[in-house]
Formats: sequence, structure tokens, C-alpha cells
Amino acid sequence: MNDIVVNVNGSRRSLAGAAVHTTALDWLRDTGLSGSKEGCAEGECGACAMLVATPSADGGTAWTPVNACLVPVYALDGQEIVTAEGLGSVEALHPVQEKLAAAGGSQCGYCTPGFACSMAGEYYRADRTPPPADTEHEGGCPVHDDDHGPNGFDLHALSGNLCRCTGYRPIRDAAYALGVPEDADPLRKRLDEPAPEPLPTRAVVDGASFVRPRTLAEALDLLRDEPSATVIAGSTDWGVEVNIRGRRTPHAIAIDHLEELRTLTISEDVIEIGAALPLSEVERRLDGAVPLLSQLFPQFASRLIRNRATFGGNLGTGSPIGDTPPALLALGARVVLVSADGEREVALSAYFTGYRESVRGSGELIRAVRIPLPLAKLTAFHKITKRRFDDISSVAIAFALDIDEGVVTTARIGLGGVAATPLRAYAAEAALVGQPWNVATVRKASALIGAEATPMSDHRASADYRALMLDSALLKLYSTTRVETKEVSA
Amino acid sequence: MSALADRPAHPVVGLPAAHESAALHVTGAAMYTDDLAAHTAGVLTAWPVQSTNAHAKVTVDVSGAYRVPGVVRVLTAADVPGVNDAGIKNDEPLFPSESRFYGHALVWVLGETQEAARLGAEAVTVEYEPLPSLITVQEAIDAGSYQGIARTVQRGDAASALASSAHVFEGVTSFGGQEHFYLETHASLAIRDSEGQYFVQCSTQHPSETQEIVAHVLGVHSNQVTVQSLRMGGAFGGKEMQPHGFAAIAALGAKLTGRPVRLRLNRTQDITMTGKRHPFHISWKVGLDENGYLQALDATLTCDGGWSLDLSEPVLGRALCHLDNAYWIPNVHAHGRIAKTNKPSNTAFRGFGGPQGVFLIEDILGRVAPAIGVDPLELRRKNFYRPGQSTPYGQLVKDADRLDTIWGQLREEADVDARRAEIESFNASSPHVKRALSMTPVKFGISFNFAAFNQAGALVHVYKDGSVLINHGGTEMGQGLHTKMLQVAATALGLELHQVRLAPTRTDKVPNTSATAASSGADLNGGAVKDACEQIRARMAKVAGRMLDVDERDVRFSGGQVSALGRPERKAAFAEVAHAAYLQRVQLFAAGYYRTEGLHWNPEIMQGSPFKYFAYGAAATEVEVDGFTGTYRVRRVDIVHDVGDSLSPMLDIGQVEGGYVQGLGWLTLEELRWDTSDGPHRGRLQTQSASTYKLPSFSEMPETFTVRLFENAREDGAVYGSKAVGEPPLMLAFSAREAIRDAVGAFGPARHSVELASPATPEAVFWAVRTAQAAAAPAAERALTSAR
Repeated sequence: MNDIVVNVNGSRRSLAGAAVHTTALDWLRDTGLSGSKEGCAEGECGACAMLVATPSADGGTAWTPVNACLVPVYALDGQEIVTAEGLGSVEALHPVQEKLAAAGGSQCGYCTPGFACSMAGEYYRADRTPPPADTEHEGGCPVHDDDHGPNGFDLHALSGNLCRCTGYRPIRDAAYALGVPEDADPLRKRLDEPAPEPLPTRAVVDGASFVRPRTLAEALDLLRDEPSATVIAGSTDWGVEVNIRGRRTPHAIAIDHLEELRTLTISEDVIEIGAALPLSEVERRLDGAVPLLSQLFPQFASRLIRNRATFGGNLGTGSPIGDTPPALLALGARVVLVSADGEREVALSAYFTGYRESVRGSGELIRAVRIPLPLAKLTAFHKITKRRFDDISSVAIAFALDIDEGVVTTARIGLGGVAATPLRAYAAEAALVGQPWNVATVRKASALIGAEATPMSDHRASADYRALMLDSALLKLYSTTRVETKEVSA
Repeated sequence: MSALADRPAHPVVGLPAAHESAALHVTGAAMYTDDLAAHTAGVLTAWPVQSTNAHAKVTVDVSGAYRVPGVVRVLTAADVPGVNDAGIKNDEPLFPSESRFYGHALVWVLGETQEAARLGAEAVTVEYEPLPSLITVQEAIDAGSYQGIARTVQRGDAASALASSAHVFEGVTSFGGQEHFYLETHASLAIRDSEGQYFVQCSTQHPSETQEIVAHVLGVHSNQVTVQSLRMGGAFGGKEMQPHGFAAIAALGAKLTGRPVRLRLNRTQDITMTGKRHPFHISWKVGLDENGYLQALDATLTCDGGWSLDLSEPVLGRALCHLDNAYWIPNVHAHGRIAKTNKPSNTAFRGFGGPQGVFLIEDILGRVAPAIGVDPLELRRKNFYRPGQSTPYGQLVKDADRLDTIWGQLREEADVDARRAEIESFNASSPHVKRALSMTPVKFGISFNFAAFNQAGALVHVYKDGSVLINHGGTEMGQGLHTKMLQVAATALGLELHQVRLAPTRTDKVPNTSATAASSGADLNGGAVKDACEQIRARMAKVAGRMLDVDERDVRFSGGQVSALGRPERKAAFAEVAHAAYLQRVQLFAAGYYRTEGLHWNPEIMQGSPFKYFAYGAAATEVEVDGFTGTYRVRRVDIVHDVGDSLSPMLDIGQVEGGYVQGLGWLTLEELRWDTSDGPHRGRLQTQSASTYKLPSFSEMPETFTVRLFENAREDGAVYGSKAVGEPPLMLAFSAREAIRDAVGAFGPARHSVELASPATPEAVFWAVRTAQAAAAPAAERALTSAR
């Protein structure tokens, strides 16, 4: 037994008795809150989405939607969450619920509570603002792009929610019809107060433990004493292992709230990003400072995942199909590893050693990634997938080039999905540097991009397709830098 | 005119009602099967032991499971008191002695918790004695492995018409299946009550058949089993035939343990154990005259039935009855057969074979149009059925003129001709990105081919206070059937919508129901609800006539009031009349019944009039294809669709849009990949989760999406002049596939015929672009040479 408590829809509920691997979703349903649904149990469908009170930049709170199926419920010790049941009731619908219902946004209704939560997160987003009034079309309709509504609603907020019935149009209409929260709205008022502090947690149930240390030093001591412990940050990867592959760990160490891992600093010659900072938070704090990452973020899984997923996790799993490694390789990033014995820094290009293997030793944590400045001027992230939003890449290619007076001066190209590890396309880089930025150079370098790659065929794509995507990526990039490409004979 | 189709003044049908459960949906208060289980005390969880061999004799040792704490019971074949079969064809053993596909459930473990049941299942050991397996349709064809009855639709003399056609093409068209991916996986909750009866809450489209299967497995009669389908979190055909075995497992567990048993498949179990849309392999030969008119089609269709028959025969039948789509083909010889493979048993899926039939003719027209130098839109339009023409299976095409009317309206409203001109100039200056706009029609036959299914029942109660409760035999899977039934009842009784409530669908309220399928839910159950309401209304009219001092024939029911014709001051509230009727001992409840008239069908010769009417529609889709990667975007979709006079326009538009996007998923994105190697996991589904099997998400939503319902579209043969809507719109998505084909063609030389693999994933499109570019390269060289 333990006295761990989570605040759900304004009421305190005890975790007493729950096994330590229990997900927030299973716990909610076991305690009678069956509004949250399991559609996939791997963070793909969003039917389980719930809101978590997280700290905002101004010292207040943000309502951050996350997948309840991936979050270990013990990670919510002392935290506040809101589910669809807590947004409103049949007698008093919440504004997002009212719009969804009236627009025909629910058919079978199974995905709907999750949509309501994702929409509510965006509804309360502090920086959701309509485009300025002076940018109206002649017809009086405010200008908005493909992914944003006239009320500033970002459709990417719903990229992690699947609906099999509606075809999404009425859901989009409901989202775009939302106004701004009223001052008296209790969830709106909650934003002005600080978010709950993370609590140090120590739960042991049936011999398995879930521990949230207070400090990084404490975490490193724990890890030194128990090197086989499972380190959990956003749990967007581990949660899938638990649910789909039935993996259990005797020792879980939660590091997602460690302040030392949640820093983001921009100095003259380096940007340092804490390993446990959720990608959404990184995106918000960078605010476009790294254009290559700005291109990457909307293509990295879904908002629901990015609200939990971290750079540390994406590098820590060592997966060859992670989306951040190719971009970080192109940016020349370095990884800061820390253990009870101290800190060291390794180039990301030397970090991966084999399939899901790296130089990170037992007892070591990733503390941060460092991106050297200045950044290359021409950057691009090409992710080849079946689906545009929220898909795993069959090939990911990141470019970072400097072109000075028509000559390539620096080139870094990161590749994912084409070998056992993410890798740099060194041969192609060498073929670019010092050469004029023209079709002949691009063709020559293109032929070499795949030189270090060993693409395979699987259910996502064939090896041939992957290889050709490598071949054509630089040409595609080139075609976007030259609006009019005129080929001349040599 | 027909009484069935006539609407009274101020009908509630035709109003854009929101889904009757919308407020419950958005607040998470709507209960689904496993939610009810979550609120049931003492419930056990059932978990399957799944085979890891596509085809093998199995010996199962369950003793290990009993050593796992929390395991209560392992269900095996020895426990079955009745028939060990999950279907109606006696070819689906519930507890098999032979694994017939990778993932086949062999035994089921009951645990105090899901964790206990799962660990118990892990502790069960299975010995496999491997047998040869067939995974692909081609392997089955090569091995001559078929099941069920092969059928042929025939008209005229295809062989000699082909011989005399100006243009003759032949080819093979093959395409994959589709996972239903209802967000709510299969789920059942069974409780044995104090009287020894079994109550099964099941996510099923066919409660009566679920009831029959549960009864035959338990060896009891149907009157000992009640099946309720409160609501489903999506079904799309996947819960028409396939829930029965799961319900039977839960009920068997309840019988043997005396405890409530829940069974909810997780996503991986659902996707690896249950059937999907049938993949087809079709070889064909087509003939057209010098003006591009279709003359003959000769085709052999082989569908992949999977390991058992399930609904493969009627699915094949509907494919054979839809390979004409909207086109007059004077000479047809189409032979269909069902392959038997070692895969899950393929089943109903929105369209039920219809989309597979339509696929064939649309693929043919898309491929041959450039080859004969006819614009594909023109080729389609000129081959439309004309009034008076009949289908290859001998049914007059009723309202055939609607095809041309809808096509013309769409072409104009979507500004198709001007946009195609714009696209042409865009393509001329865009070497790496090409656009195209294409249109396709749909004609879809409404009614079950199996005539007996075209009946339905309802039970309507009017209480003394004037409130109304309706039951009917149809199930709610999100399509809005219950909402429409409330609208029908309110219309028939002259009430406002809020005065009518609906009770959950249960076999003890309305017996012997048909599956809610074939788009027919509203037609059939609406007819039955209307019948019941009209019986009650007629009785109440007599009472009201006496109250209002007019003849009963001059009593009108509208807006919750009962009044005298031409004397509106003489009126009474519906509740007053109901109360008076009670006091006068007039029956205020009625059973309603409906059967679709005029249907006949001879399956032996595949001739007759199996459909009450046809639903029509057309779609125009514009796409943009990136030549570097094969990725594409759907830029704009315009649809005009015929739902008769709509019962509920917002719901109908929702069905049209949802159907389109689901069809788009099948044709472009959703890919089932099986391990076809000879390795240890032969037959394993490789795309068995949401992360590997990709449904359309927000990113696939067309940027501009406009749906219009065809107006003044009264259908005399259906309730309040409406038409069925569930399935037909799925086939509107062929316009997207054809647009992709045309955009790919724009990378090639003029008159380049594009063969597009299905699904048209970015990789498939990329290879088609490469082929087109390769065809263009020598052409460009030739042009250059001649210029010199």
C-alpha cells in the first residue's frame, strides 16, 4: 500500500494497490472513469488522450494533452489530470464538447473523448491567437494556412487522434469554430496558478519499484547501484514495450521532472537542450531558432507524443528510425553523458555503435544535446513516409549546407532508416564541399549519398525505394533552391 | 406515389439532427461493451493463446497456466457442451485442433485480472506439427485451393463480342484487403443470471446470429440467451459475422465459472485474428468499339477468403454484381471463385465486394483511356447506363438517368473543365510536381442479395404520459441509425424529436433480426418502426376523433399536437390523447414489421432483381504528386451523392465524407503486409498495429471537401423517400485513385497508360512515375531527333 494520490477532474484519487507498470489509462478505467478509451495502446490513436497540468513559461499552468496509455500512473504522483468526463457533463457541455457534438464530430463516439481532450488542450493554449485582423481576404475571411484555423487553432494538435468514421472534416470545423475560454471557466482560471510541483516518489508493489528521485545526483546514484534499472522520461517508447510486448521492469527510475535535464540555453557558440525536455517544449522555447528542427518537429510523431517525448529518449533507445538523429547529425550535435563519476561529451556521429547500441555506458544518462553555432544556412529535413502526419519514416534525410557565392563551403547530411544506425553521408558531403552548387555537383553527390547506407526491405518500404529516395533527396532540395533550373551543356 | 415514401407536413425526418448520443460521446459518458465490463463487479478477463504457425496440427498443454496466480480456468474444446464452431457453415472450430492461420486462437485463459490471464496464456505450451501453408491468392490459385461455390454472371456472348471489338485489352488487376480498424476492438461481456439465462453484451452488428451461435456452442435454445448491442465503436462490416465466437467464449466462461466474463481483444489480437476486406486477383479481357463504347468484358475473379468461408460467398456475389459499376456492357462473362488460404477469414467490409467489383471496371477504364486516346472522363460518361438498360444479372437500372444528371451537376459545380485547363498549364511548367483532376461515378445496389434478410421488426411503446420508447432490430455503430429511427418515429407519430426515446437493441425485444449491414439498416428498420407507429397512430386517431368531434380520418398528428383537419382550434396534446386511449382500453404499443417487396434472385444462375433500387453518386478529386518521392496530396474533393430525400442530412453527409476517406485509405494508404517467406514466421501479419498499419489521419483530409446531396431525389421504394447511404460513398474514392493515375501519366508521354499498384502508396506511385518517366525519355529523344 502507499499514499500516492493523483488529482483527477478535481478529486484526489489514491493509487493504492496499483501495480507499478500500470498505465494511467488502465488505472483510470479500473477506477471507473471509462470515458478514456484504448484504441491501440501505443500512442497512435489518441482515444485515451487526457490533459495534464504542466508548468507554463510564465509560472502558471498549461493543459497539456498526452496519451494516457503510455504514461505510467505512478509518474502522475501529485499531479493534476483532466479527462473528457472532467471537461463537462451531458447537462453542461464544455465548449469543445458542444462544438464537436453540434458539428457532427462524433459518429461511433469511441475516439471522441480523446479528440475532446486534444482539442481542449489547444483551446486553452496561451499563445493560440487568431491571425491579425488586417490580413483578411477581400471576402472578410481571415487568412489562415492549411494547418491553422481562423481562430489560430493548430490542426497539428489533432495529428495524434485517429477517427475511422467521420473523415475529419466536421472535427476540423468544430475546432475552427472555437472561441476563447471565458474568464469564469475553471480550467481557464487554473492556468493562472502554478502547476503542481513534481514529488519525489517511491512506490514498491509486489517487489517492483517506481522511483522518482529528487535530483540528478540522486538519480545517478540509483543508477549506479542498479544499472539494470529502466530509465523513464516521456515513456513514449517504454509505454509501448509495456503494453504491446508485455515488458515489465523491477526498477523504474523516472527522470522526466529532473530540473538538470530540462534546461535550454542559447549562448554565442552553442545551443544546449536538456535531454528530458519534451519536444513540444523544445519547439516552443527555440521559437524557430533552429530552422532544421522547426521543419522536423511537425513531422515527429504527433503533438500528443511530442508533449512527452524527449531528445534523450529518442537518442537513448538508439533506434535507427528515430527522427531526431538525422537532424542532429546534420547539425553536428554532440551528446553530453553524465554518470555518478562525472560528465563527458561525445559527437553524435560517434555515439551510435550498432543496432540500438551506443557508447552510453551502464550508469550513464544523457543529460543534454549540444548544437554548435552558427548554424548552416541551408537546411532541410526530408521524411519519407506512407502518411504525412504521425508515421514512422522509411527514410529520413537531413541536410545542413553553407553555400557562399555559389560554392558549397560546408555540408553535413544525416540519414535515418537506411542502416542499423543513423549515420552521416560522409562521401556525399565530401563531394559537395568546395564545389559549385549546380546540377552537376548535386548529381555527383547524389550518387554518393547512399554510399554508407545499407537499406533493407520491410513492410514500410523496399530497399530499392529507400536507395532511390537517398539518390533523389539532394536533387529535390536543389530544385527548391533554384526556382528556375536551366541546364546548360558542359 | 407510395405510402411508404410519403412524408406528412412538417416531418422530423429531413431535419439535420445531431447524433442521438453526441452529448454522451463527447463527455465520455457513452458506454461501450468493455466500459460496462469495467463497471461490473467480479468480472473475469479472457485472453487467447494464439498460434505462431500458419498451418499445423497442434497439441496444447494448458497445465502451465494453472500455476500462474490469478488464473481461474482455461477454456478448451473439451469444455464445449454444444457445437464447437463459431460460425454458421460448420467450418470454423471455436477451439481448433489445427492452426489454420498465424494468430489463430487455440484456447482461452480466464484470469482474475488481465495481467493474470495474459501471463496464464504465456504459460500454455503448444506443439506444432507443421503442414503446408498457402498465404497469397496466387499461391492458392497455383495449388487449386478453393472453397465454397464458384459463380458466374453472364450476358450475351463475350467471346465473340471480344473477337469483333475494335479495341481489345487484357490485363491483371490485383489489390489488397483492408483492416476495418474500428476504434473499438471486438468485445463481449457475458453474465449468467440467477435464472440460468445468459446475457451477453456484445459489440455486434448481428445480435440474433450472435445469439444463435452462443446458444449452439452452449447447447441451449435461443430463448436462454439474450444478446444486447448497446452501441459499437465502429464496425464497418467487421462485426457482422466475426463477433459470434468471442461472445461464445465469454458465455462459455460465464457458464463454467459462474462469474461475469469479459473478452476484449487488444489491437494486435484483433488485427491478427479477425477477417478483413477481401483482396482480389482478377484477370480480364475487355473490348471497346472504335467510338470507345464498351462491348464485352470477360473476367475471372479470385477473392481471398482466408481459412474459412464466413461471408465470402455473398461478398463474391456482390463483387460480380458490381463490376459493371455505372456502365452498360452488353456482353459479360464474369466468373468468380473463392481461394482458401492460411490467413484470417475475410469478411464483410463496407461495400461487401461491391468496391472490389467497381475496382475492376474503373481500373480498366483508367488504363485503356489513354491507349485509345479518349479523355477518361469522357470515356466514363459515354458508357453510362441509359434508361431502359439492364445489368448483366438482369435487373433494370432504375433511375439510370440520374447518373448523367449527377455527373453534369458535379462537373459544373466543381468547375471541373476550367480547373483541368489550369492544371494542364501548371503541369506544363512544373517538371517535378504534377497535378490531375479525375471524376468517377458510383452505382450501388441496395438490399441484401439473400432475400430473407430483407425483413425487420420493431417494438414501439406509447406511455400514458405521451412519451414514446422505440426498439428496433438494427444496431448502432456510429452511422446514426438510432437517430434516424427516432426521426422516423417522431414523424410517424407527429411528435417532436425529444418526445421519443430509444432503448438498446436486444434480442429479447425484437427477435430474428437481420444484420445491420448492406446499408439497409434505415430502410428495413425504418419501415418496421413506421409500421408500428402507424398502427398506434391509427388507434389513437379513433380516440382523438371522438375527443375532437371529427372523423378519425380527419385527425392530424403534428408537433406533439393532435388536431382536427381544417379546425386547428380543436386540438389536444399527444399526451392527452394517449391518456384517454389508456382509459378507453386502447392498445398503446405495437410490433412493427417490414419486408422489402419485389425482390427475387436465383443464385444458381446469378440472375434476377436482387436490389430494391440503386444509390448513385459521383466525385471529382484533384491531387498533386511529387515525382521525387511519389508522395501526393489530395487538394480538393467535390461530391454529389444521391441519398434519396435525406432522412437526416447531417448524418448522411457524415456517411458520405467518412465513406470517401475510408475508401481513400483502402486505395492509397492502408497496406496489409504478410510474411510470405518460408521463414519461421510465414503467414504472420507484419502490419499488425496502428504504428505499422496506417489509417488516414488529419493529414489525409482533403484540403477542400464539399459534399452536396442530390436534390428532389425521392425514392418510392424506401421509408420517407430516402435511400441507403452507408456503403455507396466508399466507392467515390476511386476518383482519387484515378486522379493519381492521371497525375502519374503527366510525367510520361502522351497516351501513356499507367498501371498503378494498389494501395497506391507513395512507393507504388513513385514506381509508376519512374515507368512514366522512362517511357517519356525515349519519346523526348525521338522528338529531339526529328526536330534536327
